[in-house]
Amino acid sequence: MVAHTTSTKNISVTIRVWRQAGPGQPGKFVDYPAKDLNPNMSFLEMLDVINDELERKGEDPIAFAHDCREGICGTCSLVINGKPHGPNRAIASCQTYMRSFSDGETIIVEPYRANPFPVMKDLITDRSAFDKIQQAGGFISVRTGAACDANATPIPKETADLAMDAAQCIGCGACVAACKNASAMLFVSAKVSQLGLLPQGQPERDTRVLNMVAKMDELGFGSCTNQYECSAACPKLISHDFIARMNRDYLAASFRSAFKGKPAVNSGGGA
Amino acid sequence: MAQLNSRIPSGPLADKWRKHKTEIKLVNPANKRKYKVIVVGAGLAGASASATLAELGYQVETFVFHDSPRRAHSIAAQGGVNAAKNYQNDGDSVHRLFYDTIKGGDYRAREANVHRLAEVSVNIIDQCVAQGVPFAREYGGLLANRSFGGAQVSRTFYARGQTGQQLLLGAYSALSKMVGAGAVKLHVNAEMLDLVLVDGQAKGIIVRDLVTGAITRHAADAVILGTGGYGNVFNLSTYARGSNATAIWRAYKRGACFANPCYTQIHPTCIPVSGDYQSKLTLMSESLRNDGRIWVPKKKEDCEKLAADIPEEDRDYYLERLYPSFGNLAPRDVSSRAAKRVCDEGRGVGPGKLGVYLDFADAIKRLGEPAVRERYGNLFDIYHEITNENAYKTPMRIYPAVHYTMGGLWVDYNLMSNIPGLFVLGEANFSDHGANRLGASALMQGLADGYFVVPYTIGDYLAGIKPGSRPSPDAAEFKAAEQHVRDLNNRLLNAKGKEPVNYYHKKLGKIMWDYCGMARTKEGLEKALVELPKLREEFWAGVNVPGSGDTLNQALERAGRLADFIELGELMCRDALTREESCGGHFREEYQYPDGECKRDDENFGHVAAWEFQGEGKPPLRNVEPLNYEFTKMSVRSYK
Repeated sequence: MVAHTTSTKNISVTIRVWRQAGPGQPGKFVDYPAKDLNPNMSFLEMLDVINDELERKGEDPIAFAHDCREGICGTCSLVINGKPHGPNRAIASCQTYMRSFSDGETIIVEPYRANPFPVMKDLITDRSAFDKIQQAGGFISVRTGAACDANATPIPKETADLAMDAAQCIGCGACVAACKNASAMLFVSAKVSQLGLLPQGQPERDTRVLNMVAKMDELGFGSCTNQYECSAACPKLISHDFIARMNRDYLAASFRSAFKGKPAVNSGGGA
Repeated sequence: MAQLNSRIPSGPLADKWRKHKTEIKLVNPANKRKYKVIVVGAGLAGASASATLAELGYQVETFVFHDSPRRAHSIAAQGGVNAAKNYQNDGDSVHRLFYDTIKGGDYRAREANVHRLAEVSVNIIDQCVAQGVPFAREYGGLLANRSFGGAQVSRTFYARGQTGQQLLLGAYSALSKMVGAGAVKLHVNAEMLDLVLVDGQAKGIIVRDLVTGAITRHAADAVILGTGGYGNVFNLSTYARGSNATAIWRAYKRGACFANPCYTQIHPTCIPVSGDYQSKLTLMSESLRNDGRIWVPKKKEDCEKLAADIPEEDRDYYLERLYPSFGNLAPRDVSSRAAKRVCDEGRGVGPGKLGVYLDFADAIKRLGEPAVRERYGNLFDIYHEITNENAYKTPMRIYPAVHYTMGGLWVDYNLMSNIPGLFVLGEANFSDHGANRLGASALMQGLADGYFVVPYTIGDYLAGIKPGSRPSPDAAEFKAAEQHVRDLNNRLLNAKGKEPVNYYHKKLGKIMWDYCGMARTKEGLEKALVELPKLREEFWAGVNVPGSGDTLNQALERAGRLADFIELGELMCRDALTREESCGGHFREEYQYPDGECKRDDENFGHVAAWEFQGEGKPPLRNVEPLNYEFTKMSVRSYK
């Protein structure tokens, strides 16, 4: 549940923000006061207000990634007080409201810290590695127009619901930022599980998991050591059960590809 | 004056698309790989078009301003996607979906386009299921449906409250496959800032890399825009903050006609505004109206009371009262205006009395809380996050907000604009929704255009071009367009005024909402047309964009987009002023029936207004495309 201050009185806070001019450049924390804030203001709106003030003075505004501001596009990616997406469970940065903070607090705002997500500027990181993993196998190959009638293959409701649980991933990368190993296992397992659960995903089930895991390893994401910080930080509460499911799929696919006589895809650190 | 040939095929309505497909020119498979197509945008329309064109063998280059194609705002659509599958055996058909959509659009869309949309709707569901989109299912394993506003059948397919997300991720997966296969070259963080014309045809774009600031030229045989709508003209809307009109606006300034810019959709069920710092309004899916009941107190003096303290007999379920046959499922424009009217009467609830109740007490009594949670749980969670209120216990408060723009670049039946070689898909074009869009129809149109229309129709254009005749990006036209973009950015960077970009965006939003919002008048629009040019001057003289153009500079991005929004706002007001009737989302107070319903003027305004740029400082030209209704009768829309 969300921690809410009961007061509806305006609050004032200090924002301690990571400023970094560009990739590979040194960065530092800079303090900005944010005064007299309505507790119903969103965290990003608070940053907007600071930025308007900076722009008014001709100073460089704080760069941060955001778009839909309703928790679904996965663009926002702040680490607030050491937690990816801030203090509230199952909430993205953009849906964090100032009522979650107390008057007089100093709030530390940082970008994701993970090698596969280099900082581009201030609070913005490059998460294109996630797209590359998708491109390696996160799909069902079906040419447009080649599909059969949608009701031709009934799918048990429980299966469809479980696939939907996995499919909800917004690709924000908080799972990677929360993991001490910068592992992308939760992200990858969500897509592998969604497609692997559905009958339509069976023909490519083995190659999908082998290729996606290989790409994940190649891009420098770490291994999973079962601490489940990823699930705890996930704004959609994607369950770490999907990681177990992917490990099973990966093992089975590795065996099958070995017995088929085809070389197993180079798996690096494995799943 | 632009040539507006809609190129609607002759023959019976239901045969037009089939006939057209067999008659338009084809590109042979060996030649397809010689043509390059640029696609701008990777929402439902752009991603599905990119993937499909690459599957067909064309060289495709896709440009998105986001850091990933998966971020496009199609992702935020909640409720569902319509399709005439008739899986519920409730009497649905392609014709009914066509008819509901044409009527819902208040008879201001083209019959042939809408019929095609209804026809291909069934293919969309098949395609998405095959891609692994986890639509909601019944216990027997078959697909589930629900009903949506403006329809009396259950034809909406959905994936919890995240249908747009799942459809977009399906299209994104198809696109990703083609990127991985090397068939699509994907450019992320790449914003289109100009369209390049060579000999009057669209042959490329100018792009700014939002990370490095580099400005580059890209040539192609055809250009497709799937860049979404322009609701952020109003500043506060349900759009993503980054949604912008720059691609279509700059194409307009290169000669593409802009059709019906004043047709904007105000969605009835959004969370009300809470303060002037606000950056965004959040939609509560229309699907909530299936089970929620909308009401306000009958008496003004009850508005300050808690909802629970107002007895049943003192509540006015005004949609059920005014529109008994559609009730809470009346179309969006009708529902929004009804909410505005009761609030204008002083019967609104919540802060500023700009809100109405959406109450689930009856549904919870009838179905139990778990069933309501199963259907709408994530929406109730969103509501709780934003308002800190529990909608299982007290009714939601909602108010209309800008949600969609039916207007857009003019296109013919092939989805090609009046600039040969420039195709426009999805919300960026004007073609299928008339003056009002029905719920669950936007996803349908985006995917129809991208998967099932443009992959056929683009061939008709490309077949007429000699393979290999593509101009070089070093041609003079490209260099001139690049210089134009550089000059524009430098002007913004060098203004060095006193106010941030947002200051002007808020001002623009207020003018547009006050004078070109839910209700419009001649006086108001004339006033806006005096204020907007002033705002434009103030902006260019007074804006302060810090930093330089050769680095990641979000203030510069926002400034460029706002410059375009201000000009587009002016065109919207001009269009609203000259359309002297009320229809769908365009409501002119002077033109209404005594009961407050839209009074159309089919004789004088049964047409598309397609505005043509005439040069800076000159009034644009209003071209007209008549709407010929051959198969349905333009009648007074009634939901009573």
